[in-house]
Amino acid sequence: MSVLTVIVLGFLLSCAIATCLAKDLLVSVIIFMAYSLLMSILWMLLQSPDLAITEAAVGAGVTSILFFITLKKLHAIKVKHSEEKDR
Amino acid sequence: MNGLLESLWTHFDVTVAILLFGIGFTTLLLHQNLIKKIIGLNIMDTAVFLFLTTQGFITDRSAPILKEGAEAAAGYVNPIPSGLVLTGIVVSVSVTAVMLSLTIRLFRRYHTLEIDSMTLMMKGEGD
Amino acid sequence: MKKKIVDRLRQRYAGDQSPLDEDMISSLGEQPPELMRTSDEAYEALEHVHESRVWEAVRQERDMYQQIHKWSYSSGLRLIKRVYTTLAVLTCGGIILFLLWTVNMLPPFGNPNNPDNNEVAARYIEQGPEETGAVNMVAGMILDYRAFDTFGETTVLFVAACSVLFLLKLNDHKDGKPTSAWLEAEYDDRHHEPKNDQILQFAARLLVPIILLFGFYVIMNGHISPGGGFSGGAIMGAGLILYLNAFGFQKTERFFTYNTFRWITFGSLITYAGLKSYSFYTGANHLGSGISTGTPGALLSAGFILPLNICVGLVVMCTMYTFYTLIRKGGI
Repeated sequence: MSVLTVIVLGFLLSCAIATCLAKDLLVSVIIFMAYSLLMSILWMLLQSPDLAITEAAVGAGVTSILFFITLKKLHAIKVKHSEEKDR
Repeated sequence: MNGLLESLWTHFDVTVAILLFGIGFTTLLLHQNLIKKIIGLNIMDTAVFLFLTTQGFITDRSAPILKEGAEAAAGYVNPIPSGLVLTGIVVSVSVTAVMLSLTIRLFRRYHTLEIDSMTLMMKGEGD
Repeated sequence: MKKKIVDRLRQRYAGDQSPLDEDMISSLGEQPPELMRTSDEAYEALEHVHESRVWEAVRQERDMYQQIHKWSYSSGLRLIKRVYTTLAVLTCGGIILFLLWTVNMLPPFGNPNNPDNNEVAARYIEQGPEETGAVNMVAGMILDYRAFDTFGETTVLFVAACSVLFLLKLNDHKDGKPTSAWLEAEYDDRHHEPKNDQILQFAARLLVPIILLFGFYVIMNGHISPGGGFSGGAIMGAGLILYLNAFGFQKTERFFTYNTFRWITFGSLITYAGLKSYSFYTGANHLGSGISTGTPGALLSAGFILPLNICVGLVVMCTMYTFYTLIRKGGI
């Protein structure tokens, strides 16, 4: 029960609460990516390196990429075109 | 009561796993947006994996990779829950991919992501 | 009046395609294709007009339903929502409190005398490296002692890829001509794709070979160091996704087509099934198989674990790439 474990678990809880309370969907998915990364560090602190590599590659990698590409398909990413119109 | 708080502090990992499960479940039930529901389900998945891995951890022992000096079982962490969670992580990503493709098909048909409006439209269709 | 509305709705919903899709495809077909491919502003204007038309159609549909189900829309919805929210909060709170109360009864944290650190774990650790030949005990366990679990998991990945294919793949040819849905998906994707983005292409040229090589290294060394089939496969899949993002679909289809995906996945699963089901015919104890386990720590050791890692890695790589391209364009 080292200090590092307690700090990482505290960050994990705050990331989970922030993901659920964010209004914008893009912000929510980015915080979810950070949550996956913290989970990967936690697996390493629990002495399972296989799980750490797999969670880093799959959670913070592929799942988050799938979320981003789905948000693009659902037109939920708001892009500001104001600079192009000024030209 | 004091004993309960004491054991919650010694098992801090398990406490956080239960709280994360609760947060994920609440997100799944109470948000209207489909993407938030999928994120809540993912958080529930990782909370269960955290609980399983905590049951295999033994203090002051190292990861299950063979080292030259210690060959007995007294030098390594229990490897069995790790193997189960490895399967679970891959199943979690498969379920997320299928749910996301279902969301895209639903959006193409109803052009909304709120579950209430979608259910009302589906109810109207069935008349 | 209600019967007329219902009949009109039933006529429109003859297939799965909503009338909004037909509207979009037909409005897209009115413009000549050259105009859309060359002019960004024409595409933006068309998209804007189409979006407003779509939203008007959605509003009309909702007004129609509101006339039929007046009570559901106004007070029914509010009542049900209140009951549902109360019940949901009570259930979640109850579950959390109950689970927190049972933490009291768990065995002490990290104790070596816990009930689940029993003789099974001791046998896997003590005789694992001799019997399987793997230095990484977790890899030896999931690919030798419990190989059927991993086979089931690879099958779950395959079934998920098939489900996403059913849901999202568009028909690309009908009577020899490309269908309108396929053309529309290509125009949409090509409009939003980065056209020769210099920074992305420079970074991809540096990073993609390194990523693919690292993924291959993780797969091949699955029995010596942490890693294995799943993580290596996911890393290689991520490398392919980066290549697709930087260089577009034309260049990627030179070496990865739909047939490639089919044959690699099919071949890997059949190889895995063949390698691990011979024990059905040789007496159901497949640990002493005649393939020597070699010296622990060498690359070519550990019996069948290396070929199985390669099979699993290939399936995971193809599946991750397939998920990405199906969601992005509706085709591989």
